[in-house]
Amino acid sequence: MSVLAELLDASIVPSILRALTPVLLAALGGAICAKAGVFNVGLEGFMLVGAFAAVAGSWFTGSAWVGVLAGMLAGAAMAALLAIASVKYGGDEIIVGIALNLLAVGLTAFLLRTVFGKQGTFTDPDLQGLPTILGQTPLTYLAWLLVPVLAVFLRRHVWGFRLQGVGEAPEAARSLGVDTARYRYGAVLVSGLLCGLGGAQLSLGNVVLFSHNMTAGRGWVAVVAVLLAQAAPVGVLFAALLFATAEALGFRLQGVGLPSQIAQATPYVLTLVALIVASMRARRALGRAPTAPPPSEDRPPVADPAASTHLSRE
Amino acid sequence: MTTTPTAPATTPAGRVRAVLRSPILLSVLGALLIGAVMLLGAGGNPFEAYAAMVEGAFGPTQWRNTLIVAVPVVGMALAVAVPLRAGVVNLGGEGQIVLGGITAAVVAAGVDLPAPLSLVVALGAGTLAGALLGALPAVLENRLGVPLLVSSLLISYPVVALASYLVRFPLRDPGTGLPQSRVFDEAYRMPVFAGIGLSALILVVVIALVVQVDSRTPFGYEVRLTGHNRRFTEYAGVAVPRMVTRLMATGGGIAGLIGAMVVTSVPYRFIDGALVVPAYTWTGLLAALLARANPLGAVAAGVFFAALQVGGFGMERETEVPRELSSILQATVIVILAATVAATARRARTRKDAA
Repeated sequence: MSVLAELLDASIVPSILRALTPVLLAALGGAICAKAGVFNVGLEGFMLVGAFAAVAGSWFTGSAWVGVLAGMLAGAAMAALLAIASVKYGGDEIIVGIALNLLAVGLTAFLLRTVFGKQGTFTDPDLQGLPTILGQTPLTYLAWLLVPVLAVFLRRHVWGFRLQGVGEAPEAARSLGVDTARYRYGAVLVSGLLCGLGGAQLSLGNVVLFSHNMTAGRGWVAVVAVLLAQAAPVGVLFAALLFATAEALGFRLQGVGLPSQIAQATPYVLTLVALIVASMRARRALGRAPTAPPPSEDRPPVADPAASTHLSRE
Repeated sequence: MTTTPTAPATTPAGRVRAVLRSPILLSVLGALLIGAVMLLGAGGNPFEAYAAMVEGAFGPTQWRNTLIVAVPVVGMALAVAVPLRAGVVNLGGEGQIVLGGITAAVVAAGVDLPAPLSLVVALGAGTLAGALLGALPAVLENRLGVPLLVSSLLISYPVVALASYLVRFPLRDPGTGLPQSRVFDEAYRMPVFAGIGLSALILVVVIALVVQVDSRTPFGYEVRLTGHNRRFTEYAGVAVPRMVTRLMATGGGIAGLIGAMVVTSVPYRFIDGALVVPAYTWTGLLAALLARANPLGAVAAGVFFAALQVGGFGMERETEVPRELSSILQATVIVILAATVAATARRARTRKDAA
């Protein structure tokens, strides 16, 4: 019992909250894209570039807030690449997203060396991190606030309503005079801003440093959170919370003497298990009908991610 | 995979024009141009840097390094290209190559066998382990509807962690302070004939098999058909879910084989991170995307990207421009290619509608 007590005392809550913020911010961005009918798998790359730009911004101006702004802009710049390649020219969004993730890894490593002259990790005692209120950065409070804001926006605001229309029935939205491309652009750019915020939280909040590939799959976990919640903001919060709890627990497991590899793997295993359970339940709800309703002309539907893993190379 | 019917590819002039208009060439040039801008930004001379890159990849002694790196990169390109031929994206290559490598290492550490048989068993076990790991996401998708794209990626994390654990504790070489296995016995070392490793020869056989099945069998035809239009192929009576499982098992098996061949080559041990840090998986993935899943194209693209990678080291030595530029170039090619291909297809469609 003492081991369990050590794992689950109240002090784990702040670590869960810290682990939650970057994933939640990225997942909310992914949810907005999903609502607009864009399956955005570039969250990981947007977040990584955001984390780097946040450190660079903070280092060169001495202000963590300028760093946050730089992170958001950098995330949005990466997102603009996805928007141009996929929304404007119609490039496959999964391929472009994967390539952007790999571009982010190379680009940040390249810049780490050309800008900071470092390989692997940059940190400095003079690097300004984000301030904390009751042990959490303002970005954590912002992330939680964004959940109800986004939920209300999608349900009550005319733009939110149109955004969902663009995702669910682009033809119908177009015939009603909605500029679908513009809504998709907007959604992708907003996801870039949010991922940039998430990256800033990673590199100026959770720790105060930048290290090679420091997002370590969190963007992909955010993608799974979007799938699990079918892009509903509150659901996204719970899905991200699951991952954050696993990450915090993983660190605790290390504390009680289990090998660190278990700690590293736990969040991803739990995310995968959650995905399997959710898929099983969704399938059972559908009964034995194996085929989903046919997707709309040009985009796979949000609710059927399995269909969108199969690329059409026409 | 349809090319735009702008120039008849039968005449020599038409063929030249088709190559010049090929989106692949355009994307490579576009990426090199963007890379040149980055080089200028980093204070380098693009011409010098690219020259140093070519020299670093194909110079009199360097081309051998390119070949050594090309074996795993081409292998991982095939591991992605085989399922991608049917439109299935295998993001689990990292887990598959590591599982193949660690399985071979476990066999080498625990099974005492005479020379040729030992390698057959080690490589066979690595291939089988990779194949099973590759098939798992496909089975999860077919049976339970778990999206293969993300499940194949997520499964890799525990596998890489497991291998890391094994090599740090049970398999660890106590003689060194590093997370690596003991050096394998003589029987578990891949032979080298006249400077060419057995790994390269085995890879050639794998390439030939993949190309043969792809272009000469009904199964290969069905796979390509699925890549063009899954719904139609299913309607025509092809059991696509089973096909996906077989393709993922093949891709995973190739990745596992590559992992096993890398650890049984110099320095003949499993070193933690040695299969992950050089990013064979991701370079291979980008190469498969560049070739748009064509198997022979994936081989060419894999060699090209391996040359970029190795050339990057030469460039870094000569011009002090960080070698990470190579990864930037590789990823940029794919972003541009995806956009160009779609834009070309769209233009062709509009033209057809107008006619």
